[in-house]
Parts: sequence; C-alpha cells; structure tokens
Amino acid sequence: MLRPYLAVLSARFQLVLQYRAAALAGFATQCWWGGMKVLIYSAFYAGARAAPMSFAHTVSYTWLGQAFLMFLPWYADPEVADMVRTGAVAYERLRPVDAWGWWYARALAWTAARIAPRAGLMFVTAAVIMPLVGLGRWGLRLPADGAAVALFCAAILAAALLSATMTVLLNVVVAASLTDRGANAFAAPISIVLSGSLVPLAFFPHAFVPFLRLQPFAGLIDTPFRVWNGELAGLNAVGAIGLQLAWTLVLGILGRCAVESVMSRVQVQGG
Amino acid sequence: MAQVVVEGLRKTYRVAVREPGAWGAIRGLARRRWREIEALAGVSFAIGTGELVGFIGPNGAGKSTTIKILSGILRPSGGACEVDGLVPWRDRIRHVARIGVVFGQRTQLWWDLPVIDGFDLLRDIYRVDPARYRRTRDELVGLMRLGPLLDQPVRQLSLGQRMRCEIAAAMLHEPRLLFLDEPTIGLDAPAKLAVRELVGTLNRERGVTVVLTTHDMQDIEALARRVIVIGKGVILADEPLDAFRAGVLAERRVVADFAGEAPRIAIPGVEERAREGRSLELAFDPARIAAPALIAAIAADYPLEDIRVVQPQIEEVIARFYDLHGAGEA
Ligand SMILES: Nc1ncnc2c1ncn2[C@@H]1O[C@H](COP(=O)(O)OP(=O)(O)OP(=O)(O)O)[C@@H](O)[C@H]1O
Ligand SMILES: [Mg+2]
Repeated sequence: MLRPYLAVLSARFQLVLQYRAAALAGFATQCWWGGMKVLIYSAFYAGARAAPMSFAHTVSYTWLGQAFLMFLPWYADPEVADMVRTGAVAYERLRPVDAWGWWYARALAWTAARIAPRAGLMFVTAAVIMPLVGLGRWGLRLPADGAAVALFCAAILAAALLSATMTVLLNVVVAASLTDRGANAFAAPISIVLSGSLVPLAFFPHAFVPFLRLQPFAGLIDTPFRVWNGELAGLNAVGAIGLQLAWTLVLGILGRCAVESVMSRVQVQGG
Repeated sequence: MAQVVVEGLRKTYRVAVREPGAWGAIRGLARRRWREIEALAGVSFAIGTGELVGFIGPNGAGKSTTIKILSGILRPSGGACEVDGLVPWRDRIRHVARIGVVFGQRTQLWWDLPVIDGFDLLRDIYRVDPARYRRTRDELVGLMRLGPLLDQPVRQLSLGQRMRCEIAAAMLHEPRLLFLDEPTIGLDAPAKLAVRELVGTLNRERGVTVVLTTHDMQDIEALARRVIVIGKGVILADEPLDAFRAGVLAERRVVADFAGEAPRIAIPGVEERAREGRSLELAFDPARIAAPALIAAIAADYPLEDIRVVQPQIEEVIARFYDLHGAGEA
C-alpha cells in the first residue's frame, strides 16, 4: 500500500542529505542568529522585572528554534515549484499514486533531511560544547526527565508531520498560480511570527497567548519546545500533541481536496 | 479489439491575454482578459491492440494535446475517450498504471539520481514484483545497451543516452500500451536507429500497442503501418501508410541510369524530377502509361544501363499533403 510513498520518501531523504555544503552553511547562520538572540535576551532579562518564561527556558527555546528552523514552511517544495514552471509536473500525473500522498512524502523527506544534520550539530554545540567551555548559562539545558524526552520526541514527530502538510498546501498554491513567488512571499512572515520562531509565543500580550497556542503554526515550534522545557508535561503535553495531530489531519484533508481540484485543472505547459 | 477509442474529442485552452506595456500589465491585474485556443476540434479514431500508429501533423496541430488527454494528464473540453475500458482522466490512477509514456522533451527520471536508482524507484512506484522487475530491467538494459550508463546520474547523460533510458523507464512496469511523443527529437542517427529498433521490437515481439508522434518521417517509414494525420485540431487522414502515400502522390517514380550523360526524355505522361550525372529520376502517371511500357520505351530509344522503381520520399509526401490541406503551422 505505502510502497511508492516510502520509496520516494527514502530516495528524497538521501538526496537532500547529500547537500552537505547547504547544511553546514545553514548551521553556521543559525548559530549566528541563535547567539544574537541569546545576547539580546540576556540584556532583556537583566532589566526585566517579570518575564513570561525563565531565562534558562528562553535560551533553550531559542537554540531549539534554530535547530528546528526548517519546520517553518518558508516556501513551497522547490522541486515541485520547478516542475510546475517547466511543465514536468505532467509526469507527476503519470504515476499511479495519490497526488497528495506523493507530494506529502516528498515534503516530509525534504524537511527531515534538512533538519537531521542541523539539529544534530546544533544539539552538540549548544548542549555539549557550550557547557564544556563554560558557556553553560547561555546553552541548551536538557529536559528534566526521561518522560519529557519521550514526549518531546513525540511532539517533534508531530511537528514534522504537520509541517509537511503546510508545505503541500504551499505546493498547491504554486501549482494553481504557476509561480512560486506569491506563495513564498506570504508564507515566511506569517509562519515565523505565529510559530514562535521570532519570539516565543509566551512573550505576546497575555490576552492573545491562549489563542495563539491554538492555531496550527504553534505546533511547529512552540508546542515541542515547551514540552522540552517541561512547561507542558503529562496530560497537558499529550493534549498539545493531540492538537498538533488534529491540525495535521485537518490541513491534510484540506490539502488533499485542494491538490485534486488544482491538479485536474492545471494545464500542463509545453510539449 | 479496439484498445483506444476516441470520439469527438475537443480541447480548448484558455490563455490570459496580456496587453502591451506597463499600463496593460496593471490593467491586467484588475481584469484579466482571456483568449481561447481550440487545440482539438472533434477528433475521432480507434486503435486496435498490437497496432503501431504514426500520429503526425505540423507544429501546433494538437498531437501532444491528444497524447496528454489519452494518458490521463489533461482533461478534454468535450468528447469521449476510452483506453482499455477506462476513461483516462477519470480513472487516472488505474489507467496510468497500465500505460507507458515518453515525452521527448522532458525527463521522467530523477535528475540527480543514478539511472539504476531511478529505475528502482519506478519499480516501487508501480509496485512491480522484484523478481519480475529484475528480469524486465535486465532485458531492457541489454536491448538498449544501457549497461555502462546505469551508475551515472541522469543529469550527466547525453540526450541520446538519456532518451534510451527514458524509454526503458517507461517499459519497466510492462505496459501494454506505449505513447511516445517525439522520442527521437534531437537524437543523432545511431541513437535514432536504436530507438526505432527498440520500439519496433517491443511492438513486434511483445505485442505492445504504440502511438508515436514525430516530425522525423524516417521514424514513420521505419515503424508505422498506419498513419493518422492531424492538422489544426482535426483529423485529415487515417489510413495505412502505403495507401496514404499513394493517395497523396498518385505518381510513381523510376530511377534510370544511362551509359553516358542522362538524356532529355520526351514521353507523354512522364516528367523529370531530378537528374544527377548519368542518372535520372522520372515521375509517371500510371493511368497514362504503365511501368513496363515506360521501361520498354526508354530502353528502345536510349542507352539504358539500369532502372529501378522507387517510392517518393515520405517527407515529400507529407509536405505535399500539408500543402493540399492548408495545414501549415497554426
Ligand atoms: N498549456 C497550453 N496553454 C495554451 N495553449 C496551448 C497549451 N498547450 C498547447 N496549446 C496550444 O494548442 C495547440 C496544439 O498544441 P500541441 O502541443 O498539441 O501541438 P503539437 O501537435 O504537439 O505540436 P508540435 O509538433 O509543435 O509539438 C497549439 O496551438 C498550442 O499553442
Ligand atoms: Mg507536441
């Protein structure tokens, strides 16, 4: 049943993993931004009387945010955008596979393959090397116990599944408009702010926070990192993961309807 | 038994009209204007199992549009079409699992993957049984001489090498029906021969039905027994290649070699078509003079050394046909 999807998932994962230069460059930029943010937060915490999160939690949240930055649906799958532009998307219709599942498997592989090396490096840097060289105060703190680690893994997995549904939705917009400009222009600012990547959602005005945590982008960054920090534990964490999965389902169904209707209308270019 | 049935197929593309200049672009943002292009205006034909049909016509005639509809990736604006009892665009997934398609201008293999990995991926996409896949793959690799290419990423292949891989890729799941849209475009002579040989073999030995579009009339001559000619979205001819040729050019040809400079020949109903040193190409109207009588007449009056009956070049036939039907480029 799943054979075509797993095959394309693993092929794409391996391909993207080969782009080592891109991963290293990305890692370097993310270290830089992580360092800047941590510096800004230390200045802020030095003067602040009441902060919504402890300094240690904010710093961990920041490093994790850099490690998992690729969960943000910045842009549509470049491979799909390319195919739409050149008309190669025709071949997509020639495969005996469900169009949504096909793009979903690829989006998931693409996200995972960009995250795996960066998250690994970031973890070693912020959680191992920084404490060793005496920068522990500004480094990544580990979760309190094994249960938190297990819940965090579940939340990260859910975030990956959720992120891929968003990428597919962007693909659909690209396929419908025949260009990736429109979709990519609005995706980045919205997702950076609403996920908690710019600043943790807890820093937003009090009245908004509960609502911000209900919207789907929170599931990409805010939810898993609060699980890591132990702010969400036990049943609360399970509920938050449930919300991530519920959004995954909703956006997945939405995407599937959209893919079918767009792809049956999309006029294959050229030939 | 007809494997492909097409009836009254129509396709109208809607394209946005862009007005010139910056002001036009701004106005276009507010209100788009559309223009309709009728690519297919009621196309009907039927193709039986095991046939090899040449689907030809000038640029913009609607060949690729037809192939796209038949292969399930484009929805027509009207008309009906069934392939093996399935409606391609409605039963897309089941339909595409049974056909093979090659668009000469595109690649269906993953650009960055070695050829063999791309094949393996197709095996999983089409859910082919692994043992069966290995057998088919090895056969195709032998037939298309792909052995040395298998480890190279697709992007490193030359056009001809890639096209051989593409055709093999389209056959890995053993489809009974193959659509080839300009499979020989841009290939050099040996690569074209290889492609023709493969397509011919698949059709003859495996009974694969083939629909082939091309602008290379040698492809048609080498492979097709039947041609369907389309122009401006309508079928202009659909008959066996020989009948088509005879219908377009009623004249027949002989090439005669003489001892010494080829002479001027004045026989009623005979015209000179080409001369080259000692040889002469003559066209004659079989209704006015029969071939044996013509040969006898030439031999009687001139120092004839050799004579052979030839067929007009297919390119010439097609060009003449397009002229007759005013089917030049749309
Ligand atoms: N996606 C599209 N949008 C708008 N018009 C199109 C589109 N695709 C094809 N057309 C138009 O439809 C007509 C038929 O095109 P088609 O590609 O089927 O021709 P063809 O017979 O394959 O020509 P060629 O020999 O040049 O490949 C042409 O006039 C073409 O401009
Ligand atoms: Mg074409």
